[in-house]
Amino acid sequence: MKIKYIEEFAIKILMALSLLTVLGFVVGIIYTIFHRGWSCISWEMVSSLPGGGFYIGKEGGFLNAIVGSLYIVIASTFLGLLVSIPVVFYLNIFLKSHSKFAYIARMAYDVLFGIPSIVYGAFAFTLMIWLGLRTSLLGGILVTTLLIIPILIRSMDEVAKNFPRDLLEASYSLGATRLETLGVMLRQIAPGIATATLLSVGRAIGDAAGVMFTAGFSDSIPTSLSQPAATLPLSIFFQLSAPQAEVQDRAYAAALVLTIIVLVISLAGRFILHKFSKNKI
Amino acid sequence: MIEAFKRWSESLKLSTNQPHTPPVQGADSSHEFIPDRKFSHTQSQAPLEVRDLNLSIGEQPILKNVNLQIPRNKITCIIGPSGCGKSTLLKTFNRMTDSIEQVKINGSVLLGGEDVIHSRGADLIELRRRIGLVPQRPCPLPMSIFDNIAYGCRIHGIRGKWKHEQVVEHYLHEVGLWEEVKDRLRDPATSLSIGQQQRLCLARSLAVEPEFILADEATSALDPISSKIVEDLFVKLKQHYSIIMVTHTLRQALRIADYVVFIYMGEVIEAGDAAQVFHNPQNELTRNYLSGVFS
Repeated sequence: MKIKYIEEFAIKILMALSLLTVLGFVVGIIYTIFHRGWSCISWEMVSSLPGGGFYIGKEGGFLNAIVGSLYIVIASTFLGLLVSIPVVFYLNIFLKSHSKFAYIARMAYDVLFGIPSIVYGAFAFTLMIWLGLRTSLLGGILVTTLLIIPILIRSMDEVAKNFPRDLLEASYSLGATRLETLGVMLRQIAPGIATATLLSVGRAIGDAAGVMFTAGFSDSIPTSLSQPAATLPLSIFFQLSAPQAEVQDRAYAAALVLTIIVLVISLAGRFILHKFSKNKI
Repeated sequence: MIEAFKRWSESLKLSTNQPHTPPVQGADSSHEFIPDRKFSHTQSQAPLEVRDLNLSIGEQPILKNVNLQIPRNKITCIIGPSGCGKSTLLKTFNRMTDSIEQVKINGSVLLGGEDVIHSRGADLIELRRRIGLVPQRPCPLPMSIFDNIAYGCRIHGIRGKWKHEQVVEHYLHEVGLWEEVKDRLRDPATSLSIGQQQRLCLARSLAVEPEFILADEATSALDPISSKIVEDLFVKLKQHYSIIMVTHTLRQALRIADYVVFIYMGEVIEAGDAAQVFHNPQNELTRNYLSGVFS
């Protein structure tokens, strides 16, 4: 009997250690960013565009990258949801659960899920050369949309697959069409949609490789979709590549801003999630 | 075995002769159960008729040559052992069988001359409105108490907040839930107790004014008091609605059934008035089932 308790105790300790290790990583990353970034972050840094020689230590800020990132994230998340939500509804309401088409589609999304963003970037870059397009905000938005669509679909699909069949029957039995039943499903899986959105926002805002070839980089804020746009991850990359320590510290300031944006979006998302969960079965 | 059946039958007679217990609090006994007539109604009093119904899933036959006439304004109980096809039969009445993989159906289910089995599109939607469903486990929609009842109106194009308020109050009264929830209509339906949720589901079904109500073991997930409330509601509702109920509980069937259908291995073995089926069954299988030889 005693052995069982020792086993349970040992496993419990191992689990707690795993949890602490992960927490340790999070705390370590946040500490490094704050430690190196906090000292050089200033209002000027987040509210001004890079001046001449910003990347070799001269004056300016990275407002261009903050705005560029927000443009890309907001637009790509909107477009991504616009495409993904109908896909999820079609898979779960209009196709039967053992449909071969649904099986193949899900497998394709899994493959897309695993493709690294640099491949998306390279694919989009080839397409842009073929179409004679330059790097632009639109290119960045489109490639980021492609990047997050599999994340959105697979995360929402997992929730939608568990949608109680009883609820479908309850709606159909009142004389609702499948289209009308979408409203019921939407209410039930709304927390799943919010979670998927948070995941994809995190991926979209943090991706550098996809936008490197497509959105390009610019020291100014784009005023049209055809102009190149800077993004925070690329701004961090360029500053970290500089040999000067003070420029590298600025990269941490940019990382700090990126982390704060993700944190704010995450907290807002949780708030919305809580709101949406009110009527959930 | 026949002796055993006779003893069992006597015991049932005894229990039916017992005075009916007064309605449990919750069901508004003074309220008259009437639909509020938002929808146009057929005046048909024709029974729900099942003709030569065969249903199989893959290669497995589930229902075999079912022929039935389900009377109006009565409680029809479908009884039979587990896995005999009771729930599947019930599902064919409002075509919930559509969601079953590899299902094949032949025959017809006629409601006032319209065939449920071969209906498509708008006709099927209208037929589903006319044949309501109360599920086995309470299944409120993920919305407020108010919206659960108003949902049926909205999907059938009945607009207007005032109209919805009227409908919600009317049907919550009908199921005896109004006094319990009138101050929290905007609360999530899931905040209700299981018994209240089941009455809400019944009110939701009634709000689209069905002619038939299908109840698939509608009280099996409820505590005895809630179960009694729902049972009493069914008894009162039969003045204006026809109720088809699948039940595993023979005593429940005995308490409330007017008409009984006994199914065994996908076939209708016996169907008739409750008194006749329970007290004078014509078929050996029915006798055996009622006396507990198999269940």
